[in-house]
Amino acid sequence: MSTKESTRVEYGKTLARLGEEYANIVALDADLSGSTQTHHFAKIFKDRFFNLGVAEQDLMGTAAGLALGGKIPFASTFAMFATGRAWEQIRQTIAYGNLNVKIVASHGGLTVGEDGGSHQALEDLALMRILPNMVVLVPADGPETRAMTRWAATYQGPVYMRTGRMTLPVIYDDHYRFEPGRGSVLREGKDVTLIGIGVMVHACLEAAATLAAAGLAARVVNLSCLKPLDWELIVDSARVTGAVVTAEEHMVTGGLGSAVSEVLSEHFPTPLRRIGVRDIFGTSGKPEQLLKHYGLTADEITAAAHQVCRRKTDNRTAAAGR
Amino acid sequence: MNAIPDADQLKEIARQIRLDIIEMLFQAGSGHLGGSLSAADILVALFFGEMRLNPEDRCRPDRDRFILSKGHGAPAYYAVLARLGYFPREELFTLRRFGSILQGHPDSACTPGVEIPTGSLGQGLSIANGLALATRLDGHRGRVHLLLGDGEVQEGQIWEAAMTAAHYGLDNLVAVMDRNRLQIDGHTAEVMSIEPIADKWKAFGWHTLEVDGHSIPELLAAFQTCRAVKGRPSMIVAHTVKGKGVSIFEGQKKYHGVAPNEEEYRQALKELGAA
Repeated sequence: MSTKESTRVEYGKTLARLGEEYANIVALDADLSGSTQTHHFAKIFKDRFFNLGVAEQDLMGTAAGLALGGKIPFASTFAMFATGRAWEQIRQTIAYGNLNVKIVASHGGLTVGEDGGSHQALEDLALMRILPNMVVLVPADGPETRAMTRWAATYQGPVYMRTGRMTLPVIYDDHYRFEPGRGSVLREGKDVTLIGIGVMVHACLEAAATLAAAGLAARVVNLSCLKPLDWELIVDSARVTGAVVTAEEHMVTGGLGSAVSEVLSEHFPTPLRRIGVRDIFGTSGKPEQLLKHYGLTADEITAAAHQVCRRKTDNRTAAAGR
Repeated sequence: MNAIPDADQLKEIARQIRLDIIEMLFQAGSGHLGGSLSAADILVALFFGEMRLNPEDRCRPDRDRFILSKGHGAPAYYAVLARLGYFPREELFTLRRFGSILQGHPDSACTPGVEIPTGSLGQGLSIANGLALATRLDGHRGRVHLLLGDGEVQEGQIWEAAMTAAHYGLDNLVAVMDRNRLQIDGHTAEVMSIEPIADKWKAFGWHTLEVDGHSIPELLAAFQTCRAVKGRPSMIVAHTVKGKGVSIFEGQKKYHGVAPNEEEYRQALKELGAA
C-alpha cells in the first residue's frame, strides 16, 4: 500500500470533525498548535480553543478545570513537555481526580529528528503508564489514529495518546474499530511473536517478511493500547510461538518492553528481547538515521527474533536432556 | 436556601468552625492547624455569605464553585462542608483515619462537596481558570472561587495561571490569598519573599484588593466589589494571622502542621469559649 499518513495530522483533522459533532469538546494547546495540529480545530471553533502560551503545567490544570465544568478537553503539546514538564499536574489533578481530559501529545520518540535530545520523548509512555486511571494509546497509522481519537471523545476518563511527526504507511482500512484493552494481530505465525507499538509496528511487519523468507513464521501484534494492557493476547502469543520480541520508539524500560516482560515473567516466562532505546538520550539527525543509530530497525528485530528462537530451542533441548 | 446570616451570626459560625478544627486535629493527632485557623473567617464569609450553594442539589451545573488550592487547609474546609450539610458532622472526627471520607488533603472521590483533589500546591488557579472558562462558555451565572496560600504563590504555575486568567478576562473568578505570612520553614519574607504581592497581581492584570482576612464584613464587601468588576479576574489579598483565635498558636510557625497536645487543646477550647 502506498498511502502514507501522519498520526498527528489525522488527530488534528479528526478533532476538528468531532468539534462539529460534540458541542462540549474544547481544545487547548501550549503554543504548538501548528505542530500538534490542533490549529484545524482552532480555526473553526475559535471560542472553544484555548492557547495557554508556553505553559504546560497551566495547560493541564486548565484542561482539568474545563473537564470539571463538563467539557471534553483535548490538550496538546509535544510529548516531552506534556508528560515531563507537567507530569505532576497530570498525576495530582487529572489522574488522581479521574477527570475526563484527553492528552494528545505529538512528536513522541526519536523521529522528532533534527530538534535533538531535548525534544525526543523516550520516557512518555513510562510516565503515563504508571498512573492509575490513565489509558495510554499509541496509534500505528492514520485509520487507527482516527478511531482512537473518536473513541477518546466518547470514553469518560483520562487518556494519553502519543502521535508522531513522520508519515507512516496505512495498515488498517477505514472499518477499523478500536477496542480499548485489545491489541490486534496483523500477521499470523507460529515461530516467534513480534510486538510493536507506533512507528515500530511497521518495522515489525518488515521484519516478519524477512523472517518468512528465512523460514520463520512470525506473528505480528500491534499493541497500540499500552494501558489497559491486553495480557491475554500477550500470554496467548507466548504460548503459541514460545518466543517474543518487543519493539518501541521509547526507552526499553517502562514502556512496551517492560509491560510485556512483566506480564510474561508473571504468567508465562518466555525467551524475550526488547528493541528500543537503551538508557541513553536522543540526538539530532534525520528520523531514519536516528532509528538506525539506536537500533530501532527491522534488521535489529529480525536478528533479535533469530536469537529468541535459538534460546527457545536451547531451552527445549536442555529440558529434554534433564 | 435560608436568608444570608448577618455578620454577628457569621462570626459565631466562624467560632464554631474553629472549635471543630481544634477537636478534629486533637482527635486525629495530626493535621494542619495554623493555616486552617487563619482561613476560617475567609471560608465562612465565602460559604455562608457569598456563594450560592445548595447541598441538596450539589451537581447543579450553574452552581458557584470553590477550589481549595491550599489543600492543607482541609480541616477548615471539611468543618464548613459538614455545617452546610454535605455530610454528617460526626464524620469530622474521623479525619485522616484509614477508611475516612476525610482524607489528609481534599479528595473529591471521598468527600461530598469537594470538587477536585488538591494538596500538591500551586495547581488550583489553573483549575479555577478552566472552570471559569467552562462556566462562561455555557453562559452560566455561577462564579468560581479559590483560596490560595501565601507560601503557595512561590510555585511558578501560579504565575502561568495568573497570566491566563487576565488574558481570558475571567471576571467570574475570585481568588483569595490567605496572607498569614508563615510557611513551614518560617516567615515567607525569610524563606522566599513574595512582596510586593498585591502589586504583583495588579501588574498581572488583576483587580486587586487588600482586606483584613479576619473581618467578615470586610470580606463580604470585597466579594460584593468583585461582582461588579468586568473583564478582569479579582484577587483579594486577605491579611491574616496564622493560628488565629487561640493565643498560643497565633503567629507560631511550629503549628503549621501539628495537632494540639492535651494541654493546648484544653486552652484552645477555653479561649474559643467551648460550652
